[in-house]
Amino acid sequence: MKIKAKVMDKDGIDRALIRIAHEILERNRGTAGLALVGIRTGGVHLARRLSENISKIERVGVPVGALDITMYRDDIASRKRKTPMGKTEIGFSVTGMTIVLVDDVLFTGRTIRAAMDSLMDFGRPKAIQLAVLLDRGHKELPITADYVGKNVPTSNKEAVKVRLIEEDGKDEVLIMEKAEG
Amino acid sequence: MALKKKDLLGIDYLEKAEIEEIISTAESFKEVSTRDIKKVPALRGRTIVNLFFEPSTRTRTSFELAAKRLSADIINISSSTSSVVKGETLLDTARNIEAMNSDMIIVRHSMSGAPMILAKALKSSVINAGDGSHEHPSQALLDLFTIKERLGRVEGLNIAIIGDIAHSRVARSNILCLNKMGANVRLCGPATLIPADIEKMGAKVYFRPEDAIDGADVVMMLRIQMERQKSGLFPGVREYSRFFGLNQERVRLAKEGVIIMHPGPINRGVEISTEVADGPYSVILDQVTNGVAVRMAIIYLLTEGRGAI
Repeated sequence: MKIKAKVMDKDGIDRALIRIAHEILERNRGTAGLALVGIRTGGVHLARRLSENISKIERVGVPVGALDITMYRDDIASRKRKTPMGKTEIGFSVTGMTIVLVDDVLFTGRTIRAAMDSLMDFGRPKAIQLAVLLDRGHKELPITADYVGKNVPTSNKEAVKVRLIEEDGKDEVLIMEKAEG
Repeated sequence: MALKKKDLLGIDYLEKAEIEEIISTAESFKEVSTRDIKKVPALRGRTIVNLFFEPSTRTRTSFELAAKRLSADIINISSSTSSVVKGETLLDTARNIEAMNSDMIIVRHSMSGAPMILAKALKSSVINAGDGSHEHPSQALLDLFTIKERLGRVEGLNIAIIGDIAHSRVARSNILCLNKMGANVRLCGPATLIPADIEKMGAKVYFRPEDAIDGADVVMMLRIQMERQKSGLFPGVREYSRFFGLNQERVRLAKEGVIIMHPGPINRGVEISTEVADGPYSVILDQVTNGVAVRMAIIYLLTEGRGAI
């Protein structure tokens, strides 16, 4: 696979996350009853960064949880998993809360479907909203993000690679093209 | 990665990386059992059969709960209430179950090798839940999980297994598993219950429990099967208890922070004293809790990536 384009750099990601933090606060009128839940692994880092941004703006922290949706996927039999199953850590009650799910890329929407099912097993949130760094299109379910860092229409032959400092040592979003043949 | 083989017949057939994958997956599944809603949809629509030809509470219930918490459908068949009493063979029973489209069969049998016969004949995945004196892989894996959880590592630890080594499938699976993970295994018991050449499996034999326990990080006691006394392999329960039973005095010889394990069911006052079994070093009930998470991981990983069966 070769790099076709770099669609976001560190500054771009930082600015998008500051804007999304403001949008979350504006839409929910502050931090009351608000919690962020990141989808492993990229979404967890982004959720932590959003929480930091929110506490800088409002001087109030919001709880952050982590969700591993492997056990909720709809393709266990056909899928060859590459990353080990991670832990789900939600250290607060979700019942009655407005939960902002955070993921790096919105693609088919199946991950988000699984994440919503998983979240519902922990309680009954008042509302679930979705924040993603990148919306690449090709959704297969009626799921739309409430907060989007950047919309990047892609073709099915392309892959999106989100690199984050916490995992990869640098922040960038790349569009990769699968090699011919 | 998923497991390479269709079945889990013993630790002998697992690679170290596969064991590590089972343990790390079980760490994730352990959280599910602490929720209010103790269920995830991973194996919705799968059919699993518990086929038990020997009595069992812990293992059968543990597999049943593991399957249910993964949303699989599981049914229990025990030999006493099945057509086995009418003379049906093991293979015929299993083929009939599979004809009803089971995906996985969990089998316990008094004959070593019975699960392998089924694994070869059936398309379903077969899990060995204990066969004769051969292996009990899920027990060794949950023991490994408990040791790692409590002590943070396994490599380099001194682990004493004390009791009837000769007839114990738990001991065999643990020797294999702990060796693969780099622990030093010590075995101890009456000479009549230690098989010749067992050291070839990679373990050191001691005939005094004091020597086996000295400086040990883990002491694993095995259940002494009362029926062995009748066959003359040891003189008496009280004598066994005096010479080999784990009491507080003997626990003091172990390393500080030692953990005491037992696969259950325990004979209080025989191989383990009540003070030790219920004492601060005992992790016997943690083993039971972890058993469900480890069995969820085994069932899940055997299903993953296998397509429609």
